[in-house]
Amino acid sequence: MIFASTLSVIIWLPVCAGLFMLLCDNANWYKPISRHFGLVISVATILLVTNIFVTFDTGLWQMQFVEQYAWLPSLNINYALGVDGIALPLVALTVFMTMLVVIVAPTQVDAQKLNVFNATFLIMQGLMCGVFLALDAILFYVFFEAMMIPMFLIIGLWGGEHRVFATFKFILYTLFGSLFLLVALLYLNFVTGNAANATASFAISDLYNLPLTLHEQKWIFWAIFIAFAIKIPMWPVHTWLPDAHVEAPTGGSVILAAITLKMGGYGMLRFLLPILPEACWYFSSAVIALSLIAIVYIGLVAIVQADMKKLIAYSSIAHMGFVTLGFFVIFKFIFPELTPDTQQAAVLSIQGAMLQMISHGFISGALFLCVGVLYSRMHSRLITDYAGVVNTMPVFATFFMLFALGNVGMPGTSGFVGEFFVILASYKANFWYAFFAAMALVLSVSYTLWMYKRVIFGAIVNRNVAALKDLVLREKIVFAMLALAIILVGVWPNSLLYYMQSSVEHLVAQITHVK
Amino acid sequence: MNDLRLLTGLILIAPLYGATLAGLWGRKLGHKATHLITTGLVGVSFVISLYLLVGFLRGTISPWDGNYYVWGSIGGLDIAVGCLLDQLSVLMITVVSFISLLVHIYSIGYMHDDPGYQRFFSYISLFTFSMLMLVLANNFMQIFFGWEAVGLLSYLLIGFWYQRASANYASLKAFIVNRVGDFGFILGIAAVFQLTGSLDYATVFSQMPQLATQQAAINIICFALFVGAMAKSAQIPLHVWLPDSMEGPTPISALIHAATMVTAGVYMVARMSPIFEYSPSALTFITIIGTLTMLLMGFVAIVQNDIKRIIAYSTLSQLGIMVVALGVSAYAASIFHLVTHAFYKALLFLAAGSIITVLHHEQDIMRMGNLRKYLPITFATMVIGSLALIGFPGTAGFFSKDLIIELVANSPLPIAPVAYYALLAGVFVTALYSFRLLALVFFTEDRTVDIPRDHLHEPSKHIWVPLVILAVPSILVGGLLIDTILNNYFAQAIFVLPEHNTFADFIKHDYHGVLGLFLHGFISPPFVMLVLAALVSWWCYFKQPGLPLLLSKKFSVIYFVLTNKFGFDKFNEIFILPNVRRLGTMFWKVGDVFCIDGIMINGTVKGIGLVASKMRKLQSGYLYQYAFAMVSALVLLLLWIFYV
Repeated sequence: MIFASTLSVIIWLPVCAGLFMLLCDNANWYKPISRHFGLVISVATILLVTNIFVTFDTGLWQMQFVEQYAWLPSLNINYALGVDGIALPLVALTVFMTMLVVIVAPTQVDAQKLNVFNATFLIMQGLMCGVFLALDAILFYVFFEAMMIPMFLIIGLWGGEHRVFATFKFILYTLFGSLFLLVALLYLNFVTGNAANATASFAISDLYNLPLTLHEQKWIFWAIFIAFAIKIPMWPVHTWLPDAHVEAPTGGSVILAAITLKMGGYGMLRFLLPILPEACWYFSSAVIALSLIAIVYIGLVAIVQADMKKLIAYSSIAHMGFVTLGFFVIFKFIFPELTPDTQQAAVLSIQGAMLQMISHGFISGALFLCVGVLYSRMHSRLITDYAGVVNTMPVFATFFMLFALGNVGMPGTSGFVGEFFVILASYKANFWYAFFAAMALVLSVSYTLWMYKRVIFGAIVNRNVAALKDLVLREKIVFAMLALAIILVGVWPNSLLYYMQSSVEHLVAQITHVK
Repeated sequence: MNDLRLLTGLILIAPLYGATLAGLWGRKLGHKATHLITTGLVGVSFVISLYLLVGFLRGTISPWDGNYYVWGSIGGLDIAVGCLLDQLSVLMITVVSFISLLVHIYSIGYMHDDPGYQRFFSYISLFTFSMLMLVLANNFMQIFFGWEAVGLLSYLLIGFWYQRASANYASLKAFIVNRVGDFGFILGIAAVFQLTGSLDYATVFSQMPQLATQQAAINIICFALFVGAMAKSAQIPLHVWLPDSMEGPTPISALIHAATMVTAGVYMVARMSPIFEYSPSALTFITIIGTLTMLLMGFVAIVQNDIKRIIAYSTLSQLGIMVVALGVSAYAASIFHLVTHAFYKALLFLAAGSIITVLHHEQDIMRMGNLRKYLPITFATMVIGSLALIGFPGTAGFFSKDLIIELVANSPLPIAPVAYYALLAGVFVTALYSFRLLALVFFTEDRTVDIPRDHLHEPSKHIWVPLVILAVPSILVGGLLIDTILNNYFAQAIFVLPEHNTFADFIKHDYHGVLGLFLHGFISPPFVMLVLAALVSWWCYFKQPGLPLLLSKKFSVIYFVLTNKFGFDKFNEIFILPNVRRLGTMFWKVGDVFCIDGIMINGTVKGIGLVASKMRKLQSGYLYQYAFAMVSALVLLLLWIFYV
């Protein structure tokens, strides 16, 4: 059973609830329920998304649960929402991860701040879902920008010592990128109006298969690419991420790594690949090179980090390298003509990249939570301040090990599936792509487990570690849920692939349609 | 075939279930329940495996290849989790579950006082599951799962005593080196997928004869897959992790680092024989690597003083023999040696563990001596294990090793004669370090320190009973199996090109039954080597006990090279590790911080600031400057209009 406008409710319920929580922050009648209100809303949205999962028709590639209302009729801008197999897993990831942040929040922030903290995250959750659900380019853009406001606030309000610097860098970077995106969208809108008896449109589906020359495509490509490349982030526009992570509070880091980065990948899948397939083909070597640099170069940089959060941030960049690699490697074999063989490899590649996004959401979120658990107890993120944590926190050490294994792409965890698929597909394109991509196997073990060894294993080094207390119930619940998710996707990736299949197949067909 | 599906499913699930119970609820279950559950469930796996093996030997059960569930399906390609039960895998799972069962029992005694008792049982059961998964896999994704999972468990078990810095170092080293191998393995899998468009063994193997002309692609596949095998089966230069893995508890060394996991590489190559057969260059490479490992690591074993490390280097050397056999396409003989080796090497490790327990964790053989008086059972079983190791006629090791030597001698591979003489030298070396070990531990004068004499007695029955049980197959399994092996037992599971097949030749000309082979063993070249080694050892450790020290001084260069294990570790420590770190720091400090942040980002920001500050000067507020600017602009404009 599904009621009309479910998607709108998924977006606006948490946003309205968050605003309500901010307004009532000091009201006496609200105080007693404030502790639980955020969680109730969060669980409610989870139920709504579950409902969509149940009723979703996996056989269709088309948008489902579509809602459309005129928003600015004079410019033909609509409030249009819908969900397909590409957006649905990301929406689920968003509500899931936000719920975990809300559950674990009481262990991370002071009781007085808790309500405002939860409210901000709920507002952000709604806006992030909006990004994934929007069918209109301008609506997408509005959500894309609006969701950054709560993120700036989270880092700026609850961040670390250099939070202002980090926020500033973050803002400059992303604004720089998204301005180009806006220009590109306006230009595309202009082109849609060019055809005989057509009205200019911002509907994303109207932007596909436009009669753009390769020359035009090249210009638009860079405008859109830069916006999303900064979000993912790709080398060399990645340097905002380690700073932002280091300064962000735990919840901020979790959402930033788990979901914000995925918007870059999602944007590429929605805009770049289907709108500009020829330009993507033209620049694919460059993007593949950047992805491989991200995997190898950033992997090496991660090894020498002394700050756990920085290390995980760099590892995120390296893992997202697989996403962009998976997206662009297909252009090496799908043209000029799609055979069943290359079609399969292209689907494999994109599905792998998408699974990598979901899996990275779980795993990087989990790892940032692990650092948060340690930070909330010891107020240090430096690896050298720790050693022998397993002696005092065995349950934590077990979970941390599982998440670390996910990060190194151990088969049986979700981290393996995406990397495996992308490596298989890149070999199809070129031996060396697969060669450099597979180096991640060695590099990820080196940085992840070396850090793990120094932090967790060994004898207790100082009194602070000796005084550590193991996980409390809330932390256990959150970690257990993440562990289940990571293992479920690892041993049965079809649980997700099943939902993506039709949409991805259609996307591949659409990309190759032009030539 | 439904009962095969059920039975193999049970074989896999039972240890996984035990591991989960012990891992999640071990504390509530307590010691006794934990070891009863895990041991019992591994026992279930063993009983079923044995039943299936007997069925296969009698020919009442035929191979089964089926799937349990679809793991991932992408654009018409289904990757499943399934099971391939054939002559090869059924033999392997029987050996694995048998050794695992005995190690479970042994650990009840060995790990008795360890605070991580339940964790240990959970790990070894999980290891058993992973190993069975690896062996029973019917596609490349699944074998990669098992492959990585056994590596993971090896990592966790080497680092089991996590407070020890050396154990943590060794475990991480093992994982990283194994990952270097996995890097090759996954590339090999990708290459297979590229060439055949499938990941299922059956589909891939059936296509190989048609694809044989694509020599380059097949070579890449074979070399890449073999890199995986080199790490897992510890071949030079990826062997460096195995000696250090001795930091783990001794039962682990027996189970993982001798009998099962380290042989996974050998198993994998044998399983992939339909591919490897078409790559002569890869086979030659395999032979060379195997020969080098066998000989060099054997030499190192001679100068080691740590009892576990001697056995570890011996394992390396024996793995080298198996790999040589793979190289000359004698896959069946290689698997045969794998099986016999599993029994006697597990026996040797467990016996060493018995000594170590009794001597309060003393592992230096220079502080042992004359222990046969106190540990008669350990002594007897260790002698049996050593005899099997050196290939004394009649023992299990004799049949498998002799078969390999004979087949190498008959091999048409150009490199085979070198390998043959290396193998003979290897027999001498093996016998030498084995006799040295026996002499210094069980004979010569008592050099133990600080051990109360009343502590010097056989440890609990959980420890010595598995030794006795293992001694039986260490003697018998070779003679029992050789007929079956030579009878082309593996015909359906292992593929050998007719021109590589030296098996038939051997059977026709050289094989006259078990007894004949046994008797022939006393007049063959390897036996001469054994006798020589025995004489040398007798001379060195009984007649002239000062001689080894003298030799080490006289040939100090050789001694230095050997004690430094040919410098592989030093090379990694001095050359690779610091440079990786230096590269990372350079990318970080120069690439990220200086170039990107410093020049690109801050440079832009500064540039904008600079331009803005210059522009600001223009707004001076002086009327004459504005007037001058307007007039000059007007003049320029007029000039442009009229003259351009």
